[in-house]
Amino acid sequence: MNDLLLLAVIFAFSFVAGYFLILRVPTQLHTPLMSMTNAVSGVTLLGALLLFAARMDTLHRTLSLAAVILATFNVAGGFAVTDRMLKFFRKEGKMPQPGGALERRDDLKAPSQSASDNP
Amino acid sequence: MDSWLQLAIDLALILVLIAGVAQFRDRKRARSGNFTAALALMSALGILLYRYPVLEPAVVFGALVAGAAVAGLVAVRVRMIHMPALVAFQNGAGGLAASIVSLVEMERAGLDPAVVNVGVGILGLVLGAVTFAGSMTAAGKLSGFLRQRPTVMPGHAVVLAGTVLATFALGALAAVGISVPAWLPAVMIAPALLAGVAIAVRVGGADMPVLISFFNAGTGLAAAFCGVVVQNSFLIACGAMVGASGTILTHAMCRAMNRSIVKVLAGGDVIPAARMPGFDESAGAAGEPRRREDDRRSLRAALSAVRDAGSVIIVPGYGMALAQAQADVVKLADRLEKLGKTVSFAIHPVAGRMPGHMNVLLAEAGADYEKLKQMDEINPIFKETDLALVVGACDVVNPAAIHVEDTPISGMPILLAYEAAHVVICNLDESPGYSGVDNPLYTASNAILLWGDAKASIGQLLESLGISDSR
Repeated sequence: MNDLLLLAVIFAFSFVAGYFLILRVPTQLHTPLMSMTNAVSGVTLLGALLLFAARMDTLHRTLSLAAVILATFNVAGGFAVTDRMLKFFRKEGKMPQPGGALERRDDLKAPSQSASDNP
Repeated sequence: MDSWLQLAIDLALILVLIAGVAQFRDRKRARSGNFTAALALMSALGILLYRYPVLEPAVVFGALVAGAAVAGLVAVRVRMIHMPALVAFQNGAGGLAASIVSLVEMERAGLDPAVVNVGVGILGLVLGAVTFAGSMTAAGKLSGFLRQRPTVMPGHAVVLAGTVLATFALGALAAVGISVPAWLPAVMIAPALLAGVAIAVRVGGADMPVLISFFNAGTGLAAAFCGVVVQNSFLIACGAMVGASGTILTHAMCRAMNRSIVKVLAGGDVIPAARMPGFDESAGAAGEPRRREDDRRSLRAALSAVRDAGSVIIVPGYGMALAQAQADVVKLADRLEKLGKTVSFAIHPVAGRMPGHMNVLLAEAGADYEKLKQMDEINPIFKETDLALVVGACDVVNPAAIHVEDTPISGMPILLAYEAAHVVICNLDESPGYSGVDNPLYTASNAILLWGDAKASIGQLLESLGISDSR
């Protein structure tokens, strides 16, 4: 496990696998893709938690605690907002039907109303 | 034996993560892909907490809840126009976390090369700090707290080159086993922060998608380095995958502007508008005051162009988002379809402030995914199209990119809106886009100009097409 070579192989494998998979992601999904990978990069949370498995002095303890909060913010926020975005893309492509038009207009109003609550 | 078990678990989790990323190739499965990736991370978290129990569960648990609660609140409330700023902010948080973890782990091991990989640790520490400072600067620019125009700091190049050289020198020293003074890694944080700011302040406006993708890749690599320091292969795999994604996106954004990453980050080739060939400063700045009569005439011309068109391509730009016009644009598209016209959206890769930004804005407003066309797909169709409706876009439809040499956008692939029979342009004013290059499309014979707030212009078109509830 402590073998640097093994870690390098894992790095290379993941980079190459990620590269070829992500090349195929349609450009329409690039924002959610970036938001999701951004969440994944908050995986340093694991490293921050590992630090707490042993005793630390106060300075390092404070720093590590900050790292836990920051990384959690990154991970949780990233996945949550990606999910919110991807919901928009799941809508089936349909021509507005005479019956469905009203429904659709309500869809449009909902976000703008909640948005106007924000200052 | 124990470590082999850990390796097996990590490899399994890496495969789950890869399965999640793979699902992003299909938009209908992307949501489950996001869930799968989150599941991989959560499982890794659970297993780690089980195997290495934390000494102060209450404090750590409190920190986890606090971080998640704030993140959840922001994620639910954020509006899509602010996505680039949020992503940059989250990215910065992740970068700082990677930096801190690398630092604490190195110092705890007393910077002993036998215990911890100090060379990689310094790289992780510096790269994390650079992406933190840079992403936060970018987030500040995107949310309007900082000046949006590119700024050059005094001693810019010195700070950047010095930081890079010092980092690699230190890393190399540590890698060959020469011991590094205990205080040095912590001191490296200061120039790293400066370098991050230096990179980000030089970039502005339409170049932001490149910058954000670049820092995205940076945080990924910082996380991977951090993973080497704490000896966790899942962390390394995650970091590597993010690095790959950020690299691809950076490359795609650069290609869409026909610029190299070095040129974008150096910010050197954005020439002020006044020095552009064929740009008369006085005409652009002073200009004739607009006459109401002209405006009414263009509106009538635009209306008849819209009515007569059998096929319409809508070209949105960041101006549409600034005017909050996307809901009305989608409404107009629906209305036109009901009138029997074919409608699609032409999306330039760098339209907006992050990769794919326009698609998310339009999808939120209810646009049909199948109608969001990428540049290569839609460009051949413009010449058979009756009407191109440009909403808040300038540089991405500027024919000067093709026909004029030696401008900042020369050679940049553009949407060929000018090939349509009519082009209706709903932009705020006739000032050039971010590149500062005058747009010959504005004086083309097939162009109809509706200056002013895009939301108001679209509203007028909607109204005359018989939608009563247009806001």
